[in-house]
Amino acid sequence: MSAAQIINRLFQLIPVVLGVTLIVFALMYFTPGDPVEVMFAGESAATEADLERYRRELGLDQPFHVQYLRFLSGLLRGDLGMSLVQRQPVRDLILSRLPATVELTAAAILVSLLIAIPAGVIAAVRRYSAVDKVGTVGALLGVSMPDFWLGLVLMLVFGVHWGLLPISGRVPWGMEPQHITGFYVIDSLLTGNWPALKAALRHLLLPAITLGTSMAALTMRVTRSSMLEVVHQDYITFARAKGLSGTQVVLRHGLRNALIPTVTVVTLNIGVLLGGNMIVETVFAWPGIGRLVVESIYNRDYTVVQASVLVYAVTYVTMNFLADVLYTLLNPRVRL
Amino acid sequence: MSVAAATPPVETQEAAAWQRALERERAAALEFWRRFRKHRLAVAGGVVVLLVVAMGVLAPWLAPHDPAQANFLKRFRPPAWMEGGSWEHPLGTDQLGRDILSRIMWGARASLTVGAIVITLATTVGIFFGLLSGYYGGRVDAVIQRVVDILLSFPYLVLAIGLMAVMGPGFMNMVLALVYKEWVTPCRVVRGEVLAAKNQEYVEAARAVGAGDAHIMWREILPNTLSAVIVVATLRVAWVILMEASLSFLGLGVQPPTPAWGSMVAAGREYIFQAWWLATFPGVAILVTVLGINLLGEGLRDALDPRLRE
Repeated sequence: MSAAQIINRLFQLIPVVLGVTLIVFALMYFTPGDPVEVMFAGESAATEADLERYRRELGLDQPFHVQYLRFLSGLLRGDLGMSLVQRQPVRDLILSRLPATVELTAAAILVSLLIAIPAGVIAAVRRYSAVDKVGTVGALLGVSMPDFWLGLVLMLVFGVHWGLLPISGRVPWGMEPQHITGFYVIDSLLTGNWPALKAALRHLLLPAITLGTSMAALTMRVTRSSMLEVVHQDYITFARAKGLSGTQVVLRHGLRNALIPTVTVVTLNIGVLLGGNMIVETVFAWPGIGRLVVESIYNRDYTVVQASVLVYAVTYVTMNFLADVLYTLLNPRVRL
Repeated sequence: MSVAAATPPVETQEAAAWQRALERERAAALEFWRRFRKHRLAVAGGVVVLLVVAMGVLAPWLAPHDPAQANFLKRFRPPAWMEGGSWEHPLGTDQLGRDILSRIMWGARASLTVGAIVITLATTVGIFFGLLSGYYGGRVDAVIQRVVDILLSFPYLVLAIGLMAVMGPGFMNMVLALVYKEWVTPCRVVRGEVLAAKNQEYVEAARAVGAGDAHIMWREILPNTLSAVIVVATLRVAWVILMEASLSFLGLGVQPPTPAWGSMVAAGREYIFQAWWLATFPGVAILVTVLGINLLGEGLRDALDPRLRE
């Protein structure tokens, strides 16, 4: 894929991203109730004149298109607005929660790959065997399981019943590693803070398994079917004819090619994981963006909800774009 | 022998054509049933779905207790097989002393109703725009597909949560929030089918005898896309039920005291340390229902339209 094609594809994203910003802005604009009243809720000292003045300052008295253009120009400057409840720039709130969400998502992807790729390969190599059938039913179970419920069951078994793993937060209070990147695992590695590293990994495990399960199910099915396609190719027969062992053929020749669709599916599903984040972060009191959104809905902090939905959507669009690019780069027979 | 004597009367020809069409349909139905029956897991899924539907429909008669009736003397009763439990409340009672089994039975109504309404509305809207998009192509297609692209840019739950935040919690708002994105899937499926069908001979034949666009779309092309639509709709019901449960879990969907599986799990979460059964059994109900629908959907897909496996 040439640079020109990538740039062309990027240009195609512009109307989509504009549409996304329009929907997100409309969400806020048509929200019943007055944002200024939410801001000054409980402050009896604020008079109607104060509220009116504040509305004018925020431009809320302007027509829809003026407010939308102002919103867009703010976005271009990285301004996501002010939190109505916390009275802080929304960008700062989101940035402070971002590392927790990214860390959890990365761990969930890792967990899902560790389960899905071996399971998918074994199911394909031993097609129609008991292992394959168990894998197929397991994958269906994985996509049918509500993640909030799986999270609670894991908490109950590993946290409450066996007491093996912690069930909420990122590390115990007071054990936070020195802030460098905001990713606790990386920060504790960089500072050589081993107790914090151990605590961060232990706290990550249950939420990552919860979030990664449905993705593992999907990835396993894709790996299985692409492996099945690959094992019937001539080059695999040739590799066998050369006298290579079964494992060598499967791993060196089969899996490498079969992983192309898997990589695409994983990239595409990072966006889906973002939706799951809201639930899993709520269940495990994980201080990420997902939990911020849910808290903001309860607090009627609509600017935070609006900006977070926008961040999620833009990430999702970016991931879809990357999936397209990756698929083409990995598989030169495909042209965008 | 004259030509008139050799050709059967028109009525007989029509009757024979009808008879042949009927036989073809019967053969197709038998073929479908033969393929579906071979898929044992799909049959099991179908049985599970039937049982859950029966449980929801017959809840007023089957449920042993009133799902909303609180009894503070019977709070946190464990399931019957545990110490302290009784068969009066086979799955135990919740924090207000309400019977969990009865609430699960009534809760089936919420999940199935949301699933059915959302999929019916979304499929209708999706078919309409999918037909327009695929049949007319050009600008109509470009506009509809850009809207589809924009909606696809939002993770499902994120858009639903954003909309619920604006519209407020509640049953109808949740239905609307889910339809808002759900119509995109049938739209894309129908568009693809229309693109494949619109240059087929039967469509050209209809056009040649003077059929209008509406007739060709609704009477000629649509019936040929229905097997794909049915398969996708079945598989999507499972997803919609999961989304409904997730929204209810977050307190944005079905509101108390109406029993819903997602909100039951959310309420049980508060008492997970002292009464595990509150959150566990409604979750099992969601899992079994969604698994049943997924198995049924996969069986339908293999029997009706194996191309969709791609």
